[in-house]
Amino acid sequence: MNDEKLSDAKLSDAKLNDTECGGEKLHARELESDARRERLALLGLTSPALLLIMIIMVIPVGWLFWLSFIGQDGSFSLENYARMIHYKTYFRIFRTTFEVSVLTTAICCLIGYPLAYFLAHLPQRIANLCMIAVLLPFWTSLLVRTYAWLVLLQRKGLINDLGISIGLWDEPLRLVNNLTGTLIGMVHIMLPFLVLPVYGSMRAIDRDFVKAAANLGATPTQAFWQVFLPLSLPGVFAGSLIVFVLCLGFFVTPAILGGGKVVMVSMQIASNIELFFNWGAASALGVVLLVVTMAILVVASKFVRFDQIIGGGHGR
Amino acid sequence: MNDATPAKAALPISVGGLTKTYGNIFALENVSIDIKSGEFLTLLGPSGSGKTTLLMVLAGFTRPDHGSVKFGDNEIVRLPPHKRDVGMVFQNYALFPHMSVEGNVGFPLKLRKVPKPEIATRVERALETVQLGGYGKRGIDQLSGGQRQRVALARAIVFEPRILLMDEPLSALDKKLREHMQIELRHLHEKLGMTTVYVTHDQREALTMSDRIAVINHGRLMQLGEPKTIYERPANRFIADFIGESTFLPVEVKAGKAMLGGRQIRTATPPEGEGRRLVLLRPERLHILEGKPPARLNVFEATVRDVVYQGDSFLMVAVMADGREIAVRGLTRGARVSAIPAAGTSVKLGLDPDETALVPDDEG
Repeated sequence: MNDEKLSDAKLSDAKLNDTECGGEKLHARELESDARRERLALLGLTSPALLLIMIIMVIPVGWLFWLSFIGQDGSFSLENYARMIHYKTYFRIFRTTFEVSVLTTAICCLIGYPLAYFLAHLPQRIANLCMIAVLLPFWTSLLVRTYAWLVLLQRKGLINDLGISIGLWDEPLRLVNNLTGTLIGMVHIMLPFLVLPVYGSMRAIDRDFVKAAANLGATPTQAFWQVFLPLSLPGVFAGSLIVFVLCLGFFVTPAILGGGKVVMVSMQIASNIELFFNWGAASALGVVLLVVTMAILVVASKFVRFDQIIGGGHGR
Repeated sequence: MNDATPAKAALPISVGGLTKTYGNIFALENVSIDIKSGEFLTLLGPSGSGKTTLLMVLAGFTRPDHGSVKFGDNEIVRLPPHKRDVGMVFQNYALFPHMSVEGNVGFPLKLRKVPKPEIATRVERALETVQLGGYGKRGIDQLSGGQRQRVALARAIVFEPRILLMDEPLSALDKKLREHMQIELRHLHEKLGMTTVYVTHDQREALTMSDRIAVINHGRLMQLGEPKTIYERPANRFIADFIGESTFLPVEVKAGKAMLGGRQIRTATPPEGEGRRLVLLRPERLHILEGKPPARLNVFEATVRDVVYQGDSFLMVAVMADGREIAVRGLTRGARVSAIPAAGTSVKLGLDPDETALVPDDEG
């Protein structure tokens, strides 16, 4: 038996020598050209998708930029941007947009975090069912949901009627056509965008971390604040970012539930076009909104790894 | 053994009548074990045997249906985990990824409101104990598997618990490192003297490290004893099969004699009781006889079927006349190499009566 192994070893030695004696590296050129052909094939397969993105993304955005630099008289001008600096209205619109976005994001965190925490601690099967309930609103039109809130929140709406009839308050509360109504509607619509990444990051937290904290002497409260919460923060950052960025460009809900009192950038863009046919001004607003959003994403990317927004969880 | 920690003596653990069911499956069935103060006890069993459940009950993570758990004189079965003051090393270490090595090891001290300068010195001392002095500032993701294992250990001992629990702490390490850590954990135990409960499914690890081994299967305690007793005198077929390699031959016990097909099998002490038993043949206890065998040995005749060369030893599978297979392990050393029989030759295998054990033919 030993002899057999020995001769085996000799044989493989001999083969090795063969390849080295040849002087040049065997098949090197063929293998390299194989690799190159594979890369080309891959590029060929992805090119239709790349082309489509070019047509539907890059060209319209480029056109938007171009329009924003065209003045009323049709020549190149910076008047569309100058207007934004001169008129206080624009400053107010941008401030409202940020206020509404920050408030919506904050309220979403306050409501969404406990909800995600609850879901993450349910058995997987039940959690999946509840998740469907969280996602269910996505299947109905945004417009329908917003009008539903209008019905619920108005002076003679369901909520005011109920509140008064059981004696919680005497006068109808002003729940709609103001900031309150806008926030209620926007939080409702944005909540799933926060819950999903937070839930994902919570599910990815190994339960042993919390057990270890308890074993080392942490009360349930200490274990939550010192171990669970820090580990779930990437999901919270990711979710907040999505909600905030979506809020910046939101149109339907503030337009309907704000009752004209909450004017956001998107609404100003709409009125620029619908009322004044001023494409240049509208484009300039669009460009500023785009640049601001990009800037936020760039700053945020220093704190959040973007793969976590999709993948969820704490990188380990 | 307890010299190193005079301030805090180790605590004995007393488990009584512990039962835990999941649906109608017993994870633990009326388990009672007394663990001595400062002892290294291993819970050994296959996966799903209940050994981890028992450890989790000790740590306070699993609530038993009924039963008693005492640390020293204190009944702690209803005490929540954070009040139990036991150290624990988790299977996957459970090191907090958002804290540095220092933060992890200092965590239990911070919770105990130890003053900051003292935390720093104690953390460094614990890290030195596990040979990771100076690693405090590192992030957890900068450590190798072996280093993480050590940090987890440092975190479990830094607050000087009197009881240390370990849940398969070495299972994620490669073989070489695992064997090295086994010795090191053993040394550490001798130095610190905490009562240690160690869970593993690796029988060799259990034999290497333990003062005593508790073999657990189907939620029941099968045998509790020193490694030597467990290996040499297993209480039933399951234990004999699970620990070490073994071949069984059925014998009939009658009037103090064990008979294998009309031939008596000699044992150190006459077998008790009556009925069917199994002779336990350990591959390394059988030796290949040359010439006329000494009369006092139990002799089995067989034909060699396969011989496998494994470096330090060889494993031979021989077939008896009735078709039963016997495994024999021999050392490949010096002149013995040439003595490895070839396949097809017939051999006589000898077994010393002192090393002949009979086990009941049941799974416990």
